[in-house]
Amino acid sequence: MEQTKYLIAGSSHAALSALNSIRLLDQEGSLTLVTKDDRLPYSPTVLPYVVSGQSKPEKVQLRDEAFFTKNNVNFISGSGLEALDADHNTVTLQNGQEWQYEKLLLATGASPTIPPVTGLADTSYHVLRTMDDAVNLNAALAGAETAVVLGGGLIGMHAAENLIKAGVQVTIVEMCPQVLPGYFDPQAAKIIEQTFVENGVIMRIGDTVVGAAQDGEGSKVSLDSGDEISADLLLVCTGVAPAISYLEGGPVETDQGILVDDRMATNIDNIWAAGDVAQALNFYSGEKSVGGILPAAVEQGRIAGMAMIDDPAINLYPGGVPLNTYEFFGNQAISVGISDENALPEGVEVSLNVNEEEMFYQKIIIGEGRLIGISGINTNFDPGIMWQLVLRRTDLAAVKDEFLRNPVDTGRDLMSRIWR
Amino acid sequence: MGIGHNTIAFHQDKCDGCGDCMTVCAEAKSGTTDTQHSRLKIVPSVAANDSFELAMCRQCGDPKCVLNCPSGSLTKDHETGVVPWDQEKCVDCLLCTVGCAYGGITYNAAAGHVMKCDMCDGDPACVKSCPTGALEYNKSAEIYNNYGELEDLFVPGLAACQGCNSELLIRHTMRKIGSNVVVATPPGCIAGMGTVGFNGKTGSKIPVFHPLLTNTASMLAGAKRYYNRIGRDVTMVALAGDGGTVDAGFQSLSGAAERGEQMLYICVDNEGYMNTGMQRSGSTSFGSWTSTTPVGETLRGKTQDAKNMPVIMMMHNCEYVATASLAFMDDYYEKLDKATAAAERGLAYLHVYSPCPTGWRIPPESTNEVCRKAVETNFATLWEFTPDEGLRFTRPVDNPLPVEQYLNLSGKYRHLDDEQLTHIQNSVKRKVAFLNGFMLATSGSEAQMQ
Repeated sequence: MEQTKYLIAGSSHAALSALNSIRLLDQEGSLTLVTKDDRLPYSPTVLPYVVSGQSKPEKVQLRDEAFFTKNNVNFISGSGLEALDADHNTVTLQNGQEWQYEKLLLATGASPTIPPVTGLADTSYHVLRTMDDAVNLNAALAGAETAVVLGGGLIGMHAAENLIKAGVQVTIVEMCPQVLPGYFDPQAAKIIEQTFVENGVIMRIGDTVVGAAQDGEGSKVSLDSGDEISADLLLVCTGVAPAISYLEGGPVETDQGILVDDRMATNIDNIWAAGDVAQALNFYSGEKSVGGILPAAVEQGRIAGMAMIDDPAINLYPGGVPLNTYEFFGNQAISVGISDENALPEGVEVSLNVNEEEMFYQKIIIGEGRLIGISGINTNFDPGIMWQLVLRRTDLAAVKDEFLRNPVDTGRDLMSRIWR
Repeated sequence: MGIGHNTIAFHQDKCDGCGDCMTVCAEAKSGTTDTQHSRLKIVPSVAANDSFELAMCRQCGDPKCVLNCPSGSLTKDHETGVVPWDQEKCVDCLLCTVGCAYGGITYNAAAGHVMKCDMCDGDPACVKSCPTGALEYNKSAEIYNNYGELEDLFVPGLAACQGCNSELLIRHTMRKIGSNVVVATPPGCIAGMGTVGFNGKTGSKIPVFHPLLTNTASMLAGAKRYYNRIGRDVTMVALAGDGGTVDAGFQSLSGAAERGEQMLYICVDNEGYMNTGMQRSGSTSFGSWTSTTPVGETLRGKTQDAKNMPVIMMMHNCEYVATASLAFMDDYYEKLDKATAAAERGLAYLHVYSPCPTGWRIPPESTNEVCRKAVETNFATLWEFTPDEGLRFTRPVDNPLPVEQYLNLSGKYRHLDDEQLTHIQNSVKRKVAFLNGFMLATSGSEAQMQ
């Protein structure tokens, strides 16, 4: 049996962030990183750009071999966790190796969820979660003229844009009445939808796929509205769920994901979890929820690493805040915090500034003098500063008018005065 | 150990919002004067009129923008300290801007991508353009990198007190000057802590001798003349205390200065005979407790002001005279270079304000803070003088703190009453006024201090 002081399962943002925290204080302790992908670390976020060909797989790796050598990291790729024996602090990898750890971080990410659509299982379709998925889809573009994307979330929208830029005719089917639910309110989503339509994407919003079937080399989907769409490519982007199958029957407490406290610790000693696999505190609701956003994975990984090394400078996880930056057809959409006031109790103040011709949209929600959320299209506020204002519950009473008029400069002013 | 990195510091109190930095940044980085291309942003403060704040990249040691980047286009260069951005790898996802809490990496709509400061390869254009000194390129990390590797010319385990400023000073000083020296350490803490050796062993790796309290400058003058005669170029260095300089050693120093003897004379001013039981010296400040200016029912510490020794030396028209404080190491190193060069032409005098944890009743870990506060309150002013260029403030303090903020840090001032405080504050003002006047008379062009 192999032994390691730190074992990190996963190799994306949460894992690398934890590795960074550990190596800041302990350069010597043996550290092993295991990942199911047979590749150097990469980010799922970059995959749509690999699909379009803008980014080459070998150019977007997050770390290289030299990094692991320099940081004294044993990097095992191509073999993820198969099973965990928490009683004996051991894991079994997919390649059969057994490893005993002193401290274990589960950062195994999430896998695509496939909707229970009749016939889908017997139809050829693509998903987009791993580099292999992206490379396969990129290769499939060669002979494809048409594509259907199921799901108008971040991945689906990103993929659709990159497909149409690659010359493929795309249809997006989204079951919700708007695209990008949870990140943008219906009005902002409408502007984004409109841009997709102008760029030639066919949008089927508020429609559901009820059946799928193989159609020669391609696929055919039937919609709730009665329409049928045939396409050379079918891409399923209907969400992801934490990858926790290796925990089945074990003592680590899970719900939708692995339940963690404000130090990213699970209910089992010596085991932490971070990133898309974790179900951690939500800043607004005070409940635990799965997130699936990159900045949260980085933050959770950082805290988990600090907890694993007993870093006295640790700050407890303040809770996840919805954060999104979204670039579409040369426009920037950004949201920090809650973007739809209808999800909030009465009494919040909403400041809306829209100019659809200029493709400008900005919404600021303030409650009890504090920033609840800010979102916009082609605005240029600093999301990192806004995130801090939300987390710090900074009292904006004295600067509210200026903030609503010019959140960019006022945000920078507040930053420079409060936490520079 | 890692290496230190230079930084761009922002002195908010000096910024007048002119925006020159943004213009030159846009010019240097994007070839336009349109400030939306500037990597740093000066913004007016909502909190106060005519007050300005800054947003720019801090080149964080543990940058979150890098951890947030999904395409590997942001990295941390541990050699230069800069966080470079590789446009070729960037996918314009803007997640870096979520990670940055300082507005340091921002989206430039005109250019269609993010932008950030790259420190102009170690020669930042913004700093050079700043007319008020609000932006400063702080190179103290360079000192650490450049001099940390040089050989320490004293043995480990010198018997200085905890937190001793003098030990820090002599180790830095001789590292910088090097071993082609003859060093005199007259009676005082520096000799007493063992630099001249003990039990038949030497305390340093360079020629060092122990003159009398009275004749340090005379002996160095003689040694230098001998080396000159035999054709060897060796630097004479005195590491003397204030007692050996302003009191008993004054006659020989004044004579050597008047004759223009070639030497670097460093006075380590801890305001008293701290090595022998904390007696007062001619350099002990007004109101100070010492064992010979005690505090009791009638006596309230020293009743006279200290001699202003660096000014006295300036009046000798020495080749080079400067004051220094180890809280401002970069300033000290620059002066040490100039003083060492001047010591080949004549007498160079450095007066270093040197708090003494034991004799001043300050916690050993606070020594540096006391050094800093002495300068920030103008109790100790940092300047340099040459006969050709006159007097110049090297680190002017625009808004000096009340002198109490310095005095409160030392137990030796604990007993001060309002009358004594007023006396000290007035004498601080008077000394600054004198220097301002002298500066105008000799160099004329520089800005005055407040």
